[in-house]
Amino acid sequence: MSSEAISSTEYIKHHLQNLTWGRLHDGTLGFAHTPEEAKEMGFWALNVDSFLVALVLGGLFVFLFSRVAAKATAGVPSGMQNFVEWILEFIDNSVRSSFTARNPIVAPLALTLFVWIFLMNLMDLLPIDFIPMAAQAMGIHYFKVVPTTDPNVTFGMSIVVFAMILYYSIKMKGAGGFFAELAFQPLPKAAMPFNLVLEGVNLIAKPVSLALRLFGNMYAGEMIFILIALMGATWVSASVGSTVMFGSQILLSLGWGIFHILIITLQAFIFMTLTVVYLDMAHQEHH
Amino acid sequence: MNINATLIAQAIMFGLFVWFCMRFVWPPITAALAARQKQIADGLASSERGRNELELATKRASTILHEAKQQAADLVAQAEKRGVAIIEEAKEQARVEGDRIIVGAKAEIEQEVSRAKEQLRDQVAHLAVAGAEQILRREVDAKAHADMLASLKGGL
Repeated sequence: MSSEAISSTEYIKHHLQNLTWGRLHDGTLGFAHTPEEAKEMGFWALNVDSFLVALVLGGLFVFLFSRVAAKATAGVPSGMQNFVEWILEFIDNSVRSSFTARNPIVAPLALTLFVWIFLMNLMDLLPIDFIPMAAQAMGIHYFKVVPTTDPNVTFGMSIVVFAMILYYSIKMKGAGGFFAELAFQPLPKAAMPFNLVLEGVNLIAKPVSLALRLFGNMYAGEMIFILIALMGATWVSASVGSTVMFGSQILLSLGWGIFHILIITLQAFIFMTLTVVYLDMAHQEHH
Repeated sequence: MNINATLIAQAIMFGLFVWFCMRFVWPPITAALAARQKQIADGLASSERGRNELELATKRASTILHEAKQQAADLVAQAEKRGVAIIEEAKEQARVEGDRIIVGAKAEIEQEVSRAKEQLRDQVAHLAVAGAEQILRREVDAKAHADMLASLKGGL
């Protein structure tokens, strides 16, 4: 809690607001100080917190992995190499089991998605007030530390995946083949408009569901952490009620945190696996 | 929660990370993994080969040992046989030699005996002649003989 005066609603709102940088109402560039200001910035604004955390975590991933890759030997692997190889083999196996065509981009794509999303989700396990309070102490008004609770981030990734689905569908089947896949099934050719609508929705649903699933899960998880954090905030005095609330905040955030370890890994895995499956479908001639 | 340019930034970042991963992370590590896999497979194969070779060598060694033992036993038996034969031969030779010596000695003895007999015979003859001479020398009477010689002369 930043100050005594802040209410629960404000606390929640504060935690759900990104640090947005863009053109302010008076025409100058700067950070938004209220959610309304952020909204007014329109499309051409940047959520600096999501962007920076995603960049740092992605950079950490490529830095660690490429350092291992540069020193990778066929001999006895070091601890870090062992760890990286373990992840790599895990990704390689799951890609092999669900991707039947040959495309050298898919496995690295899956690796990047899994590790990056996992790291971004992992930020959810940081104590919920630490980073925002530290940011506030440095004069930064908002700081949302989990990039995957920002739909921009999840949609940013799923749009790239969608573009790849379209690209490989057309590359593998030709524009005509891709259109035929959308138009001439599941019903016979006569029902083309119906087929187009059905398959079109099916196609659009892929990136949308991909992004919203991750965003929704992380957002909901974050929300529960916020609500748990509110319990201790009802502290008024060293009364029995306050103590019970305070104690249950500790227990609940511990319990939810442990459970959340499962969720963040699972969501990263699901995003990766579905991406691989969608790309596999894009590569396959329809039966 | 506004959709804004973060979307684009994220998409670009994502693309760059994937490219980087595809370029610098994935190939070296999978190459190392494949190389290690090959090394292990080779090692296992060569150990298997080594074990087979060892088995063969053990088998061969035991065969050779067995043969050597057999040969040694044969040699000993042969030597024993030979030894016995030599002893027998020597005995036989000794017997033959002995016989020969005995025969030679007997012949010599006989010769000696006959020579002695011959000598004795000679000496007996001499003695007889000498004895006769002695006897004759005593019996001869010059007067009587002179009468006889004189009658002989008259007859002439």
